[in-house]
Amino acid sequence: MAFMQSEMPSRADRLAACLTAAFAPVLLRITDDSTRHARHAAMREDGPNARHHGAAADGQTHYSVLLVSAAFAGQSRLARARAVHAVLEAEFAGGMHALGLTLRAPEEAA
Amino acid sequence: MSQDIAEKIKTEITANPVMLYMKGTAAFPQCGFSARLVQILKHMNVPFQTANVLEDPALRDGIKQFSSWPTIPQLYIQGEFIGGSDIVTEMFQSGELAELLAAKGIPHQAAA
Repeated sequence: MAFMQSEMPSRADRLAACLTAAFAPVLLRITDDSTRHARHAAMREDGPNARHHGAAADGQTHYSVLLVSAAFAGQSRLARARAVHAVLEAEFAGGMHALGLTLRAPEEAA
Repeated sequence: MSQDIAEKIKTEITANPVMLYMKGTAAFPQCGFSARLVQILKHMNVPFQTANVLEDPALRDGIKQFSSWPTIPQLYIQGEFIGGSDIVTEMFQSGELAELLAAKGIPHQAAA
């Protein structure tokens, strides 16, 4: 299994590919924060969200994204975030737990 | 999402001018992102209610569908979805959160 995982693209790779395709970013920085959250309560619970156990076992649950794109010009914060969420729906369904977003249009100060 | 959960959420966000869906409680947040929003609301002396999604799996999934928003925490002000931890933090830092609360007539102290 460890071998299989090392052969597969990481979630960060997939995030980068999806976001690049959708937003043609001027700047894209993805940080994997999973190790900082591996032990908190939400990652240990049982029940319908137990799928997170699988995700927690190899990390890849918590990410931060800085994305600068012309696509965000004139859009509200909510609209920007919703656009990103829509592109990454499969990742949320597949165990991504948290996604910190800093979304800017190019003319805005970072 | 069951009709019951949708109704429960509608009732909560209508009855409570500032309603925070979070992991844990205001006294004991169980996630850093939830803790950050509690800290901001307390700092601004905003009266708010919270619901702990960790105690209710149906609410945890239900609020995500209700808001079309995939993560917790989620902040509602007078029935309107404002955002999660990033958006609310940015609005706090820029002063927009204080402006919004003032416009809605919700008591608060502007950031010093």
